[in-house]
Parts: sequence; C-alpha cells; structure tokens
Amino acid sequence: MSEQLSYLGIPLSRPKVGFFELSSCEGCQLQLLNNEATLLDFLNLVEIVNFREGMSERADNYDIAFVEGSVTRKDEIARLTEIRKNAKILVALGSCACFGGVNQLKNRFRDLDWVKKEVYGDFPVETMEVHPLADFVQVDLEIFGCPIKKEEVERIVTDLIVGKAVRHPEYPVCMECKANENICLFELGEPCLGPVTRAGCDAWCTSNRRGCWGCRGPAEGANLKQLEEIMHTYGFSSETILDRLECFGGFASFAETLRAQAKKTPARRKKS
Amino acid sequence: MKLSCEVNIHHLTRVEGHGNIQISIKNGVVKKAQWEVVETPRFFEAMLVGKHWENAPYICGRICGICSIGHTLASIRAVENAFDLTPSTQTANFRLLLKHMETLQSHLLHLYFLAAPDFLGVGSVLPLTKTHPEVAQRALRLKLLANDACDIIGGRRLHPTRTVVGGFTMLPEKGELEKIRQRLMSSIPDLLASAELFKTFAIPDFSRETEFVSLKGETDYPFIGGGLVSTDGVVKKEQQYRAMTNEYCLKGFTSKLSKLSRPSFAVGALARLNNNFALLHPTAREISKFLGLLPVNHNPYMGNVAQLVECVQVVLDSVQLIDTLLSSPWQEPRQPVKAKKGEGVGAVEVPRGILYHYYKFDKDGKVIKADCVIPTSQNHANILHDIEALAKQYARTGKQDREIELLAEMLVRAYDPCISCSVH
Repeated sequence: MSEQLSYLGIPLSRPKVGFFELSSCEGCQLQLLNNEATLLDFLNLVEIVNFREGMSERADNYDIAFVEGSVTRKDEIARLTEIRKNAKILVALGSCACFGGVNQLKNRFRDLDWVKKEVYGDFPVETMEVHPLADFVQVDLEIFGCPIKKEEVERIVTDLIVGKAVRHPEYPVCMECKANENICLFELGEPCLGPVTRAGCDAWCTSNRRGCWGCRGPAEGANLKQLEEIMHTYGFSSETILDRLECFGGFASFAETLRAQAKKTPARRKKS
Repeated sequence: MKLSCEVNIHHLTRVEGHGNIQISIKNGVVKKAQWEVVETPRFFEAMLVGKHWENAPYICGRICGICSIGHTLASIRAVENAFDLTPSTQTANFRLLLKHMETLQSHLLHLYFLAAPDFLGVGSVLPLTKTHPEVAQRALRLKLLANDACDIIGGRRLHPTRTVVGGFTMLPEKGELEKIRQRLMSSIPDLLASAELFKTFAIPDFSRETEFVSLKGETDYPFIGGGLVSTDGVVKKEQQYRAMTNEYCLKGFTSKLSKLSRPSFAVGALARLNNNFALLHPTAREISKFLGLLPVNHNPYMGNVAQLVECVQVVLDSVQLIDTLLSSPWQEPRQPVKAKKGEGVGAVEVPRGILYHYYKFDKDGKVIKADCVIPTSQNHANILHDIEALAKQYARTGKQDREIELLAEMLVRAYDPCISCSVH
C-alpha cells in the first residue's frame, strides 16, 4: 500500500478516522468490513486509529469520527460529547444515529417503566427516551440507511478526502426503482414508502420485491398526505402505513400525527 | 516469582458489543475474576408489543448486525409455528442455504478478523495485509463468497430483504446458484489452507467441564428447528425452550443469563459439534480430527476450531442443497399467510449458538408478548465461570499481567460473543 495519495496530481493526506458505536446492532460498521472486493483500497484511503470492533489499538487523535447508534442511556451522552470534542468532522452513521432507528420504537410507549418491566421485570435497568446524535452534538454529515450502503459510504468518504461537497439525492427511492425497471410494488399488492423516502440506496429493498420501510428518511418535499391517499386507494390500512412510517424515526412527526388519529395503537409517550 | 496480577479491560476490543474483564490476584490468591456486560438495552421485546406479525422478522432481524439472517429466520419460524404454517421443502432448502452462507461469513469474520490476530501476535487484521498478504487475501476471498451468496439468496447480506413469513419475495436466477456452486467448490482448497493455518496456532491449555446445549440433529447436522439436547442428558422440545434456558438477571450484566443442570452452560459451534459430531460430513469430521477436536471437548478456546470445522460442513452441505434445488422445477416462492390467535417458538442455530424467538399473538395477529433468548446471553455465565477458573489456573504460575490479560481476552473472543445482541 502506498503511503502518499494524490488526486489529479495534488497530494492528499490520509485522514485519521475512528469508528464508534452507541446503542446499535453494530451492523453499519460491519458493512465496512463487508466490502471484501474494495476493502483494501478503501483502507488505503484512510488511517484507522480507533475501531474497537476490529482492532486492539486505540487512539483519540482522529480527524473524522463515524458514530453508529442512537443515544439511549445517559453515559452515552458523555461518550458522544467526548468524541465530538476530539473529532474535526463527526459523521452520523446509519439510521439509528440519524433518526433514532428501530430503537426509537420504544418511544411510542408513554410509560418507560412499563417498557423496562416488560423485558426485565423488577430488575433495575437504566434507560431513557431514544434520541438521534444531533439532539446532543453538532453532526457534520449524515449517512442514512438501515443498513448503510457500502458503495455510498465509500463515495462519501472519498468525496470528503478529496474535498468535494457531499450531496445526498433529493429525489425519492421511487425514481431509482423506476430506473431499475421494476414492476411497481403497489401493483403487486405490497405497501411501499418509495414515493417519499430519500434515494441513494439504488432501490435496494424494492428491487428485491420488498416494499420500502423508509429507513433513509424523507426525500426533499416528500408529500406524505398524498402517499397516504395513494396507499389507501390501493387498499392498505392506516396501520400498515404507520408501521412503516414509524419504524426508523425519519418520519417521526408525521407518524405522530397518524398515531394521534388512530385509536387502537398503544399508548404514546407524552411529549414534555 | 510474580504472584500478583491486575487486569482491568474496559470495553474489550475485537468483539461485537461492550464488555469488561477484571482480574485481581494477590499473593497467588484470586480476589476477583469478573466478566461484565455493560451494553445498553434496546428493548426489542417491548417494541414489538401491539405490532402486526409482519413487523416481527423485519424489526427483530435488526437485533444483530452479524447474524441478522439468523434472527430473521428464527423470527419467521416462530410466526409460522404460531400460525401452523409449514414452509415448502423448496423454501426450507433455500432458508438452510442462506443460513449456511451466514454461518460461513460470520465464522470467517471471527476466525480471521477477530481471533487470528491474537495467534499471530498482532492487534488487528490490518498488519496482516502486509505481513501475511496470502492469509488476508484468502480471508477476503472466502468471506466475499459467503456474502455474495447471502445477497443472491436473501437479497442482502445484512438485514435481508427477500426473507418473509411464508417464503421469499423472490428467488435467485438458476444461473446465479450454479455460479455460487462453482465458487463453493473452488473454496475448498482455501478452507483446507485455513485448517493448515489454524493447526499451527498454539491453543491455550485450559479446560473446564461444563454442559453443552444445542439442537439435536436426527439425520443431518442441525441448524433450523428440531429437538433440544444437552451433554448432561437433558432433552426438550423446541417449544419447551424456557425449561432449557432458565433466564435470570444478575448485577453487573445488562444482559440476562442462563443455567440448566449446572451453574452455567455453553452454546455455539463447540456445543453443536460436541452434540452432533457423528452427523458431520465425513470430510468435516476428518478435519476436526486433524485439528485435534473430538467430542466431548471442554476447552473453550477450541470454539475457534469448531467454527472452522463448521465452515467445511456448511460449504459441503450447501453444494448438496444447490444440487437438490437445481434438480427440480421451482414453485412459487411465497405461500399465503393466515394469521390466528396462538403462540410459536422458533429455534435456530445461529453462528454463536442456539437462538430462540417466541411470540404470542391475538386473533388479529398482533403481538401480545415477545421473548428472544440469545446465544451469547446463554454463554455469559459460562464465560464468567471460565474466567474464574482461568485466573485460578494461572494464579501461581508467575505469568506477567499482559500474558494473563491476553489469555482472558482470547478466552472471551473464543466464544465469539455478540454482546449487543445478548442485551438487545
């Protein structure tokens, strides 16, 4: 591996990067190791100084911190603040970090004590309402997805290193799905958030005939009211729509409205 | 001679999730030998309450970033058992093939990326790309094959897209399966080279008798569903999983723990192999013998070797599965699902051991109660007792702190723990 990188003849430095995880499945970090074909090239671009899941050495002199997971316990706020202090650029890696992810599904219960009791009985366990990183620290860049798409991460990291602006697609997954020449899942009887979810995954799920659950959050100008109407026209229930909209936290406020309209859903957590 | 030792590891590296090890030895007497799990709980069992059945596999697959396929399949099995839905033979074969490919990729990740650096005296796999490029390349080649196969069958290697209650949303092209078969065949020399490599590793000499729990195979080495068995002679049905796991909470652990006939038991590749050695493919059995692994083996460090034997097992079985799948015309990938009131258990041998999902549904198919018992949570008590025994064994041997620390780290890594999964 060469030590000196250059782009268009201009020498580039290899940034020091660290990978960290709060409450998560650690799958987004795994996705980086899942890059077998391009892993070694990718590793040549950066100098990894902190990656607990993959290596023993640990250092705090990183330029870019990738943080996976959401904040669900008080000690994680302190860890996150410390990481923010050390890093020049803090990247929220994956839907848990960006929106709370599946973890925030527990926020829909009003009573956090009930949540604890349901799983641990009377054994004391500490937890709190689930939050994305941006609720506590400045986040410089978000990488969406559950899981993140490795090709997208590699592109974003390369852009960061060569100093290009990082841009997310503004259009929805539906566009990518059409470009892939898939049959519309609505026609196959499958509910889908493709019309409102931000693209960039190359219609990963819908190309596998699995409806979109909105893990990447809303596209620019997403018309959720219209989506609801279309899905009702195709015969999908409000509950089916809500299950998808509330799954990853990207559509939290609209999901809250839908929940307020529905009568049979579980008790909501009070907003203080 | 040095008779005191202080080991204090905060957030052990090269494992999934957050755990701590503390060992304190004074004048040759073990004062403290502790394994702690400090991972934050995410409360998946509570999240599911009130949710429609189709949410269960989608959400529960996200308990784990390494064995998401296993979680998805256990969840699907629990739902199907609750609804009395029997998957077609075709679906069962595709699921097993997908399961095998996850086992292969997970074991390889552990063996080469997490475990091997200890035996080769480095901190991670990164230096190996320079010092042992052929080893690094081989690891990547094998892992790529497993991940590509997961993509082709499950739609995605992590958090699969095509796996649903009733079957699959779509099937691969036959040509894609043929290619995977070819690549599996050509991976066999790589696996044999892996066996040669692991043969050179010095496995620490440590043994503590324990109970091993796994599925019990009837005619095949077991991975999905069936009876439960332990080396102490306990035999239970899949739906009696609670009698096999006996979960309890303990200070210092955000994960639950389990016990059966003794204060602790072990699950995982070593447990499966100890309980089902005779059902291994003859070649896998030969490799197990070549690596000095015969049942019942009580050395937890041999978990690494057992995983390697299972890599051979799943590759050879996958070739047979593909031959079976390619020899008959394919039916529709997905059966209709009819929800009903009831409860169901799904037991699946995931890479780290036996995993159980349980759901209870109301008449509309909404979750009333969910319970997931994770392999690593079943292993925590065994790890704890092993660390105590390890500390005692080395308390009077004059080893340096760093040597004992490394032995303890390697011990925990040999269980390939998935800690965030165990807490979920």
